[in-house]
Amino acid sequence: MTILQQPQATESHNEDVALSLQNVTISYGNFEAVKNVYCEIPRGKVTAFIGPSGCGKSTVLRSLNRMNDLIESCSLRGSILFGGVDLYGPRIDPVEVRRRIGMVFQQPNPFPKSIYDNIAFGARINGYAGDMDELVERSLRQAAVWDECKDKLNESGCSLSGGQQQRLCIARTIAIQPEVILMDEPCSALDPISTLKIEETMHELKKSFTIVIVTHNMQQAVRVSDMTAFYNAEAVEGGTGKVGYLVEFNDTDKIFNAPQQQATQDYVSGRFG
Amino acid sequence: MTSSGSGHTLCKHALGCMSDLDSRYLLRSRPPAEKLVDNSFRNLAIAMASVVAIVLFSILVVVFQGGLDSMARYGWQFLVTSDWNPVDDQYGAGAAIYGTLITSLLALLIAVPLGVGTAIFITENIIPKGIRDVIGLMVELLAAIPSVVLGLWAIFVMEPFIRPGLELLYQLFNWFPLFSTPPMGPGTIPAVLILVVMILPIITAISRDCLNQVPPQLREAAYGVGTTRWGAIINVILPAAISGIIGGVMLALGRAMGETMAVTMIIGNSNNFSVSLLAPGNTIAAMLANQFGEADGSQVSSLMYAAFVLIVLTLCVNIFAQWIVKRLSLKY
Ligand SMILES: Nc1ncnc2c1ncn2[C@@H]1O[C@H](COP(=O)(O)OP(=O)(O)O)[C@@H](O)[C@H]1O
Ligand SMILES: [Mg+2]
Repeated sequence: MTILQQPQATESHNEDVALSLQNVTISYGNFEAVKNVYCEIPRGKVTAFIGPSGCGKSTVLRSLNRMNDLIESCSLRGSILFGGVDLYGPRIDPVEVRRRIGMVFQQPNPFPKSIYDNIAFGARINGYAGDMDELVERSLRQAAVWDECKDKLNESGCSLSGGQQQRLCIARTIAIQPEVILMDEPCSALDPISTLKIEETMHELKKSFTIVIVTHNMQQAVRVSDMTAFYNAEAVEGGTGKVGYLVEFNDTDKIFNAPQQQATQDYVSGRFG
Repeated sequence: MTSSGSGHTLCKHALGCMSDLDSRYLLRSRPPAEKLVDNSFRNLAIAMASVVAIVLFSILVVVFQGGLDSMARYGWQFLVTSDWNPVDDQYGAGAAIYGTLITSLLALLIAVPLGVGTAIFITENIIPKGIRDVIGLMVELLAAIPSVVLGLWAIFVMEPFIRPGLELLYQLFNWFPLFSTPPMGPGTIPAVLILVVMILPIITAISRDCLNQVPPQLREAAYGVGTTRWGAIINVILPAAISGIIGGVMLALGRAMGETMAVTMIIGNSNNFSVSLLAPGNTIAAMLANQFGEADGSQVSSLMYAAFVLIVLTLCVNIFAQWIVKRLSLKY
């Protein structure tokens, strides 16, 4: 019994933490976009990233599933632990990382394939061997878009409305059965009703997934998230642009009602700028 | 009282503005000169557009009329027989038609994987951008070499260079009809290779542009669901670009079928039909270039007939290309 508990005690990570950012600094070329981020994203909860635009929310989010690898100039220092393993370690396969940490983008981006194939594609390449019809239905249901899609599964995913497309993209991400879902302003291109639907979807999803969401909408952060990280950007001496940093990370409640930092207080009460 | 008065003046004021507006904007009278420029520009555009149509149409008519005699005399036989004998007045373009089709199709078969592969290579970040740009530039410069220069290069450099290979091919595979004759210098295979060099830049450049136009969001979507690089290229990026790429390939096919100078210089211009790719062959374009100078009478008519066949072939390819591009265009 003590032996079983030993490794947990010695390793610094605990089971409640999904992703742990340890002194992460991300640069584009020579420009440091975000600096010295420490943050522990809890498992099975919704964590929101808020902050003024350009402070590096997307940059940090994309680093969590190595999406930044697609940008040649982008480099990362520090480490991001996923279940205690450094995602940027030398033996880590970024493709594998993205299969376990899925992503929903700001602009809905369904594949120009049928609705069915949009879901099946990711599942298939991830080696899903079960009943595909069932998976498609279950994913679309979980993303609350089944009713709108069930009669036109063979039509192009691009024939849906923006909000439906975004929920299709969420369904596509669910279908690969990731452990974490990253969402980068998933509602910024959507109307209020679609936004509401997606927020409801998220409440469902957090029962089975860890969710990290970037949002510029503070009400949304309050509505959907358990934890909130507030990022800000500041011009530094001799720097080329504003450098982003994590100001405060706490329960959403505390961030919005009793923030520790003046900057957070100013931002959440709208006195920012 | 006061309020109504002020309302009245306001109203009057507004009306005054209206009439100002009226005279200034509503009754805008354009100066005659501007109208003239407008109209003449329109007519000029119509005229230029019609010139294209008229030229195309009259070429078709002239070529068709020129070939009428031969069409009447040889009919469909012309397309499948391959005697070409001005002394006996016996003409058949079978060898040239076969040569046109086989050289261009083989050239495509080699150039498409090569060109599309190059395009993928220079649009994906497999290697540093500097090197990619240089490769892209070089492929485009390839298109700048005049075809007569390529022909010379084919005769003096390429053909001697590949000769040992062709000989080996003959020795190993002479039981196979396509390689059943000994290589003798000029022939179909060298012509195919030179066509590859000529159409490669078209295919590469068009494919590259199409691949570059695939929205980056789509690429991210693919990587986001955990595809590998090759998975993303084959399942998402290529399908999104395929209509344009096929359009480019068809353009290249048209080019290959009509290409004259370099092919004439290296194909051997033989009217004897041979399936063998190692034997000298002929294409319609090469035949026309070779024979028009000293042709007369029924030979001219036969050449016109062959030319008409070539036009119809390339026209078909182009129409087919447009149809395919329309069918495959994805909406995203
Ligand atoms: N692909 C990129 N190349 C260079 N700089 C970038 C790139 N993406 C973002 N940046 C820079 O990084 C900073 C943070 O950007 P981002 O993470 O998109 O901010 P946010 O999502 O908080 O609005 C900005 O200054 C932006 O200009
Ligand atoms: Mg952003």
